[in-house]
Amino acid sequence: MFRNQYDSDVTVWSPQGRLHQVEYAMEAVKLGSATVGLKNKQFAVLIALKRAVSELSAYQKKIIPIDDHIGISISGLTADARMLSRFMRTECLNHRYSHDAPMPVGRLIALVGNKMQICTQRYDKRPLGVGLLVAGYDDQGPHIYQTCPSANFFDCRAMAIGARSQSARTYLEKHLNTFMDSDLQELVAHGLRALRDTLPNEVELNTKNVSIAIVGPKTPLRVSDEAELTRFLALVEGEERRGGGASATGDAGPAPDRPAGEDRDPQAAVAMDTE
Amino acid sequence: MLSINNNFPEYAVPGVKQVRFEPYADNGGSIVAIAGEDYAVIGADTRLSTGFSIYTREQKKLFKLSERTVLGATGCWCDTLTLTRLLQARLQMYEHEHNKSMSTPAVAQMLSTMLYYKRFFPYYVSNILAGLDAEGKGCVYSYDPIGHCERSTFRAGGSAGAQLQPLLDNQIGLKNMQNVSEVPIPKEKALALLKDVFISAAERDIYTGDSIYIVIITANGIQEEKFELRKD
Repeated sequence: MFRNQYDSDVTVWSPQGRLHQVEYAMEAVKLGSATVGLKNKQFAVLIALKRAVSELSAYQKKIIPIDDHIGISISGLTADARMLSRFMRTECLNHRYSHDAPMPVGRLIALVGNKMQICTQRYDKRPLGVGLLVAGYDDQGPHIYQTCPSANFFDCRAMAIGARSQSARTYLEKHLNTFMDSDLQELVAHGLRALRDTLPNEVELNTKNVSIAIVGPKTPLRVSDEAELTRFLALVEGEERRGGGASATGDAGPAPDRPAGEDRDPQAAVAMDTE
Repeated sequence: MLSINNNFPEYAVPGVKQVRFEPYADNGGSIVAIAGEDYAVIGADTRLSTGFSIYTREQKKLFKLSERTVLGATGCWCDTLTLTRLLQARLQMYEHEHNKSMSTPAVAQMLSTMLYYKRFFPYYVSNILAGLDAEGKGCVYSYDPIGHCERSTFRAGGSAGAQLQPLLDNQIGLKNMQNVSEVPIPKEKALALLKDVFISAAERDIYTGDSIYIVIITANGIQEEKFELRKD
């Protein structure tokens, strides 16, 4: 990106009316590996690509269960995500204790948004550098929410965040109208294909680097184990990759009309989507 | 209640009226738990009462905390409800942090500390925790209201506890018996004994009766049985 005289503090506005620190925090989300969330009439599904720091270490967990009916998938600073997940878990537990009922998903998201907003308006804090995809099921049905470091949150029909996620979003937009009527297997297959489009050429989806979580009616949130992952991956095995060949840096996606290395002036992204 | 000043004005005397609020209530009920080599059984009656009246005949007093731990709690019902809710929240927190469910000895210790936190305004609850320990052996932990915890093979608690414990001492602990050999008690015998023991309790204790729920914890999971008692 470029250096500014208005970007050293989150409490400083730029003359264009932007908070650069918040926008830089959104860049942190684009550094995390991709994750996809989508839903049909009953189930909400999260699919994440796990990354390993080296061959020696384990793959970083991307999906964190919050309650029986809510799970999140993270992209960005894992430590910030851990703090948020602890907050969300406490809120859900307290709600269950006092109301004897699961926390409505939208209400939890609003609480998270409020908490994240505080960090964008204090000189002694920094914005949380993590984006969440929240999958939940409550009496209003299944939900997919996206949260940003800007403290905005969006109710989505489907969404993808993280590195090279534009390809995934393109796939999701193309097939958006088929999700509602899909059954669970087709839904997960769509998600896996969307995720596969974010992979560089030499990497393949396998049971080690993929994480799937499903929540729905009478189905408490469950992160799939190895056997289930094998079954789900078999649904999309051997298929041609549509998007493929994304660049290895940044979130540019397969866009041949944009020359690499060009300094793009960031669009006013504070109140809008993360792309 | 019977206020001299209001009901008998001719006897009225000047002075300060002391208004009292009794924070505790005794809602009665009994629990019995027996631990075996590879199982644990715990039973509790279903009568909730106050004084000489019955609130309900169908209140389960056994709380399943996990696949291998069950808590039976009687005494003050409001304290029981709060304590069990708090316990369940703490167990879920543990599962989130450690990615596994709490073992029975761990729950036992945690319950002990939770009760002691309220040392100066106690939960008026008689707790008995039954389950399988880390090695799969049955275990029974019993508590006093402020968290003293003791592991044993069998225990009776609640309103009829004092009457039932000597009976269990004799039948399972083989106390005051001659020419008996120590054999680990099989599950069927423990169940039969449990039912007999509650029938005796219902005979003499007014707070115990109506029916009992028995929960059997084994390596295969948790089974529940209901057994009818005297309704008077």
